[in-house]
Amino acid sequence: MAVNVSIPTILRTHTGGEKSVEASGKTVLEVIDDIEAKHGGLKDRLVKDEKLHRFVNVYVNDEDVRFAGGLDAEVKDGDTVTILPAVAGGAR
Amino acid sequence: MTRYESLLDALGGTPLVGLPRLSPSRDVRLWAKLEDRNPTGSIKDRPALAMIEAAERDGRLQRGSTILEPTSGNTGISLAMAAKLKGYGLVCVMPENTSAERKQLLQAYGARIVYSPAAGGSNEAVRRAKELAESNPDWVMLYQYGNPANADAHYYGTGPELLKDLPTLTHFVGGLGTTGTLVGVGRYLHEQKPDVQIIAAEPRYGELVYGLRNLDEGFVPELYDPDVLNGRFSVGAYDALRRTRELLENEGIFAGISTGAVLHAAMAVAEKAVAKGEQADVAFVVADAGWKYLSTGAYSGSLDEAAERLDGQLWA
Repeated sequence: MAVNVSIPTILRTHTGGEKSVEASGKTVLEVIDDIEAKHGGLKDRLVKDEKLHRFVNVYVNDEDVRFAGGLDAEVKDGDTVTILPAVAGGAR
Repeated sequence: MTRYESLLDALGGTPLVGLPRLSPSRDVRLWAKLEDRNPTGSIKDRPALAMIEAAERDGRLQRGSTILEPTSGNTGISLAMAAKLKGYGLVCVMPENTSAERKQLLQAYGARIVYSPAAGGSNEAVRRAKELAESNPDWVMLYQYGNPANADAHYYGTGPELLKDLPTLTHFVGGLGTTGTLVGVGRYLHEQKPDVQIIAAEPRYGELVYGLRNLDEGFVPELYDPDVLNGRFSVGAYDALRRTRELLENEGIFAGISTGAVLHAAMAVAEKAVAKGEQADVAFVVADAGWKYLSTGAYSGSLDEAAERLDGQLWA
């Protein structure tokens, strides 16, 4: 289950400067855990109290996961996951 | 009715046209609401006129008043036309990185333009307009991002028109900017048909541009009501351009670039319905036609080049 994850500028310190990384998992949370295993520190910036951080938006194939199950949103092989900072407006 | 007493009276009642070639199947159909068929060629004629009429009713606007508004273009053009016909002045605060055509149209209608810096996008325009409002207390800021008349124009106009023309409607997809269209249409449709899905498409800009159009940087329009939305897509310039060209190529519709972003989300929604074996009638908004974006090179050359040219511009 390989997906491509695009990382916003402000979080690239956690991916050694990489704009995008490969990761695997069946849900958004599994994908984040997989990146965390390779690049420590990212999960803390994205997940708080087992929920997506208020100021972060995550999209699977351009669709906001907050409307599709949040961290449990499904991810399929070949999907594109985009992480974007959202200082406000992301929270439902 | 096709005869009107004046241009202002010709607002709304726009056609809803099917997309037989882009619809994925006979059971899952796409419908385009052609909002470019409004008096100045965009959906913004609806909120602009509604806001002016509301301000006239409550006495804020009187003959000779000056209207002030932060806008990236279309709302300004709509206000400029109405202001000219009704005898108001207009000052638009607009980011400097919008298309040349928008500036020219505003000037042709006699509006004054105050530019805000490219970096910061529409957020900056809003901030600058609020400053100007403070130093010019006699100017009337209609403020599309927080004016209930904006959403009401769609609650009483766009929404009922859609349901009347397409009673089998299952999804509505619109662009997320001031959020007026989605909030107004969404409220109306949810009241009438609770199962209708309201889907937002927001433009994803290059890193240089942080517009409030993606509700970024701490600015959430006062009109925004997340409970109205059932889904939200973020669409980059490349996909928006690709869909804009597909719409022209397959269906003959010459739309602006933001429509491509909305169509991209509408097609994703339609494909999901196909995968689930559901019937769907997906209506989406063509906010304006392509004329105002010709100078951006959106319609010629390779997609990669066109997307690159758009980087750093407010294309929706």
